[in-house]
Amino acid sequence: MAGAHFILRALLLAAATVAAAQAAAPLPDIPKGRGEKCVEDTALMRTNHMEFILHQRDETMHKGIRTSKHSLKECIDCHAVKGDDGLPVSVESPRHFCSVCHRYAAVSVDCFQCHNSKPESK
Amino acid sequence: MEQNDNNIDQYRRRFLERSTAVLAGGVLAPGVFLHAIAQARPVDEAVSGKVRWGMLIDSNKCKTGCDKCVKACETENGLNRTGNPLTDAQWIRKVSLKDKQTGRTASLPLLCQHCAEPPCVDVCPTGASFKRADGIVLVDKHICIGCRYCMMACPYKARSFVHEDVTDQKSYAPRGKGTVESCTFCVHRVDKGESPACVSACEEKAMVFGDMNDPQSELSQLLREVQSTEIRGDLALNLGVRYQGI
Repeated sequence: MAGAHFILRALLLAAATVAAAQAAAPLPDIPKGRGEKCVEDTALMRTNHMEFILHQRDETMHKGIRTSKHSLKECIDCHAVKGDDGLPVSVESPRHFCSVCHRYAAVSVDCFQCHNSKPESK
Repeated sequence: MEQNDNNIDQYRRRFLERSTAVLAGGVLAPGVFLHAIAQARPVDEAVSGKVRWGMLIDSNKCKTGCDKCVKACETENGLNRTGNPLTDAQWIRKVSLKDKQTGRTASLPLLCQHCAEPPCVDVCPTGASFKRADGIVLVDKHICIGCRYCMMACPYKARSFVHEDVTDQKSYAPRGKGTVESCTFCVHRVDKGESPACVSACEEKAMVFGDMNDPQSELSQLLREVQSTEIRGDLALNLGVRYQGI
């Protein structure tokens, strides 16, 4: 009887530890972009940014439509995060705008195998 | 949706402003006016088959040993040298020809010929290799699997495979390991109404770029006047690049 009681207590303790760990997982600290607001509502961007970029990619590549609203280049330009050296960081850095959430959610980004993750130095 | 409409208005307005500027210029130079209006296109408008971009290269003017066009291409498109010349990408290269019987030598830049019937597009298993409506042949690297069939199919060896990781690409010329690439006619410049970087860099004016479908363009006028040849014309690929003096 005492044994069963011990096991129950141990289980409760374990559950409490897991809950504490979950609560303690820090939410990503999303760096603020340039300007007042994004091209779409924040909530819409969070769920659909990949769709916008994908659509724009085909429009630009195949039809030569080069509007800036949903272009990856504009994302990179507005959301550049400067490192300690004052220069924009690449996607390799955990501070990069894309990395912050993508690392948190463990979703890999393929864009930067070909695209530059930093604004072009002018 | 409303915001989107506003954006379209903005793009149109910018286009009109540019066109007006061109019109004003037209008073001073009528030739310039015709040329520029043919190239201007609002950024939100799709390319059309009314235009076919092409090039005429005069090998008589092209200087042996000069590689300004090659260098300009590398700088414009961010083709950084990796230290492995055997596998470095070449979008344009200088070729020397010698007639063994007469000893005459000629020099010319060789680039993607932007065929109307491109073999690279025929063989591509994923549809990555494609021809834009205005005749520019491109690789959609988003769907390129790096199989290199197109490199085998191209009679001009115009395509390169990217063997090594690339960083700090130009925003308008994304490129990465494992994909095939070739001359884009500097499509980002063409879409702005400019000439490709190699054409702008040629001090001998050996390269002329323009719209083959516009009878008034400098290119079409030249093509009507001078004798020009397609390289491997026997393949009947209807090339976008023609040569003079070979």
